[in-house]
Amino acid sequence: MSAQGAEPQPNYLTAGQSVRSWLLTIDHKRIGLLYMVSITLFFFLGGAAATLVRLELMTPKGDVVQPETYNKLFTAHGVIMVFFFLIPSIPAVLGNFLVPLMIGARDLAFPKLNLASWYVFMIGGVFTLWAVLTGGVDTGWTFYTPYSSMFSNTSVMSAALGVFIVGFSSILTGLNFIVTIHKMRAPGMTWLRLPLFIWAMYATSLIMILGTPVLAVTVALVGLERFFGFGIFDPKLGGDPILFQHLFWFYSHPAVYIMLLPSFGVINEIVPCFTKRPVFGYRTMATAMMAIAALGFLVWGHHMFVSGQSMYGGLIFSFLSFFVAIPSAVKVFNWTATLYKGTVSGTTPMLYALGFIGLFTIGGLTGLMLASLAIDVHVHDTYFVVAHFHYIMVGGAVMGYLGGIHFWWPKITGRMYPEIWGKLAALTIFIGFNLTFFPQFILGYLGMPRRYYEYDAEYQVLNVMSTAGASILAVGFLLPLVYLILSLWMGKEAGPNPWGAKGLEWEIPSPPTVHNFDEPPVAPERPYDYPLKEQDREPS
Amino acid sequence: MSDTITTPETEHGSHHILPKSSYYVVYAALMVLLVATVGFAYIDLGRVNFLVTMLIAISKALMIAMIFMHVRYSERLVWLFASAAFLWLVIMFAFTLADYFTRGSLNILGK
Amino acid sequence: MSLAEAEPTHGYLASHFETLEQQHQSAALGMWTFLATEVMFFGGLFLGFSVYRFVDPEPFAIASRHLNVTLGTINTFVLLTSSLTMALVVRAGQTGDRKAQVRNLLLTMALATLFLGIKAREYYEEFEHHLAPGASFSTAALHLPEDAPESLGQQAQLFFVFYFFMTGLHGFHMLIGIAVMAVLVVKAQRGQYTAEHYTQLEMTGLYWHFVDLVWVFLFPLLYLVELHT
Repeated sequence: MSAQGAEPQPNYLTAGQSVRSWLLTIDHKRIGLLYMVSITLFFFLGGAAATLVRLELMTPKGDVVQPETYNKLFTAHGVIMVFFFLIPSIPAVLGNFLVPLMIGARDLAFPKLNLASWYVFMIGGVFTLWAVLTGGVDTGWTFYTPYSSMFSNTSVMSAALGVFIVGFSSILTGLNFIVTIHKMRAPGMTWLRLPLFIWAMYATSLIMILGTPVLAVTVALVGLERFFGFGIFDPKLGGDPILFQHLFWFYSHPAVYIMLLPSFGVINEIVPCFTKRPVFGYRTMATAMMAIAALGFLVWGHHMFVSGQSMYGGLIFSFLSFFVAIPSAVKVFNWTATLYKGTVSGTTPMLYALGFIGLFTIGGLTGLMLASLAIDVHVHDTYFVVAHFHYIMVGGAVMGYLGGIHFWWPKITGRMYPEIWGKLAALTIFIGFNLTFFPQFILGYLGMPRRYYEYDAEYQVLNVMSTAGASILAVGFLLPLVYLILSLWMGKEAGPNPWGAKGLEWEIPSPPTVHNFDEPPVAPERPYDYPLKEQDREPS
Repeated sequence: MSDTITTPETEHGSHHILPKSSYYVVYAALMVLLVATVGFAYIDLGRVNFLVTMLIAISKALMIAMIFMHVRYSERLVWLFASAAFLWLVIMFAFTLADYFTRGSLNILGK
Repeated sequence: MSLAEAEPTHGYLASHFETLEQQHQSAALGMWTFLATEVMFFGGLFLGFSVYRFVDPEPFAIASRHLNVTLGTINTFVLLTSSLTMALVVRAGQTGDRKAQVRNLLLTMALATLFLGIKAREYYEEFEHHLAPGASFSTAALHLPEDAPESLGQQAQLFFVFYFFMTGLHGFHMLIGIAVMAVLVVKAQRGQYTAEHYTQLEMTGLYWHFVDLVWVFLFPLLYLVELHT
């Protein structure tokens, strides 16, 4: 509630203004903001690398950077975007901020571990940036052996160490969320009354816990082989490079669900709010997210169809990959059903959500194509794959993140962002994104390989389109950076619930007080308790 | 019923004090199994050797988990977490070894 | 009005929890979640080892026979005993028995140190025989048959890579456990653990038993491979 002439209550932003109070905070909301600043920096760093990649690819000849540099650019882009932006993004920023609020708790179960996770993240970041600054890494974000462990002459050790360390940040966050969601829900907040965002955070955390340790040990083995010359993955010494791929993808496939499930959670909050209807099929939505988390661990071999993996293994992984698409598709159907006959308002968060649903569907369908063994043989390691995962990761995960940032911005900062600019940026991103990546499906199908700094002249037109799209996309991403920061001083003051949304976080002041709830919160009887009948709904 | 409100069972379970003899009995069993596993290693049973070794190790593990780590007296959630960890390990093993054990199975060259 | 006012908490209740029981259950669940990550962490190494062992058993069998089974068995006995004493530490926490807490913690630490000492002895022997992987590795101590291909020796070295990494990682976990126990001993001596408040002892116990569990699988897989042939 805003000041009414009396001295305003301290909120979590104003209680303690020193640098020390921020760097030593154990308030989950402040830690969420620490992460937000950090991952934004990494996002633009990864984006800078992508800009140079797209510049190089405007012309068929390699004429902007050296080929070795090009390899380092796409590696930096991948490593930074995956490990230092996408994986933490929604969980570490929005999850940290919202999980206690949504379940009615005063903080996460282990507030000090939460702060530790941010420091671990930053230390991992330092090592990785050191790798970039000391000449870069040219192995691709996938660090395949034996190139990474034996032949690459670049800063592999430093990058591997950075990735190893940042994995523990992920583990600590996941651990905290799991225990918090089990043990710290307010009285009456049963599992089936939880916002679906919480289910998404829970499912994501399960993956973080069970998958990340395997990445850590894999990266450690690569480091061992590189440092000591042991032939762990060297065929001449009895090793098997494919073992690396098994261990690597055991984590890295579920990792894509770490990157995606949180966006599902965000969309599940935005869509009911801006259609003023409860989510269609709440239980199915929750079950689907848990199913994706579990099934996601059974499909990793679809990254290895042409690697030398047994055909029989390939068959199993292909079949299961089709299977894992089912819960995702169910969610898309349910969102559509939620929208049907809803009172849809085209606010900025809703634009991101609608964009998400469409783009994620395209990404998902092309994933099914890749899961088909025969098609994959043709398009593996081409731009088809690159387009597929960017539709999911940018069209899906990033749009979910941006939608969530805009949706909860008033709650986090107490200010509204300028709606016009919000819509403009969302539209710019949508157009720029599709122009960048749709041509890449065609390029891949036509045979253009990925991770090449030059290409045949016949591919140029589509590449130029893609680069043009990338420049529009870059503008689209820069806009929120500017207007969101400006809104901190110039934005309209927001009340507790500017959207008329349901959920415990909307019942407390914007920004919240340090301890979140002045009185013990009462769990609602039903989540998304929006009026079912059209005539009862007020437009937001 | 939410599990944020502790039930009398869990209150009791988490503070269930076992008699010292329970621990000593488990310890004795672990010692016996240790002798057995080393002894069996010297007897040639072919492929059964590995199976026996693993079964003994799993038995020891179960005893340590159930009694020393109090899983037997803990809330169901702890059972779930302990089982899930083990299950995930099995998944990782099963699917990876499925690749290695079936290379060449379909009589397709190079696969 | 919070439930915290209903029971005496002696200042042990953190401000974000409602009851001591909630806090205790959260700690236990947190520790089990952490142990799940450790299962997968060691599991990756176990998987690598298993793949190589099954794809080509012979070099691993040869290499394994050159580990010191006697010392390994003694160590297993030592570690299992330390698990017993650790379980008694936790029990002493439940009963609020300060002397038993201290005594059993010291015993556990002593046994753990003994384990590490024996392990160090084994490492020393392996280094002496040039079985440690790396520049000084030599297949001479393996007594390979005359007509053995070079790859056999190389793959035997791979066994030792896994042996040293897995037992080294395990030993590292033990060192951390000993360090934590050192802190606990000081606190226990000061009487800080009572029947109402012994969570730290219990969580350390869980961790220690897990370290024991890893060894229960490490020992047969590394030391008892094909001893009968």
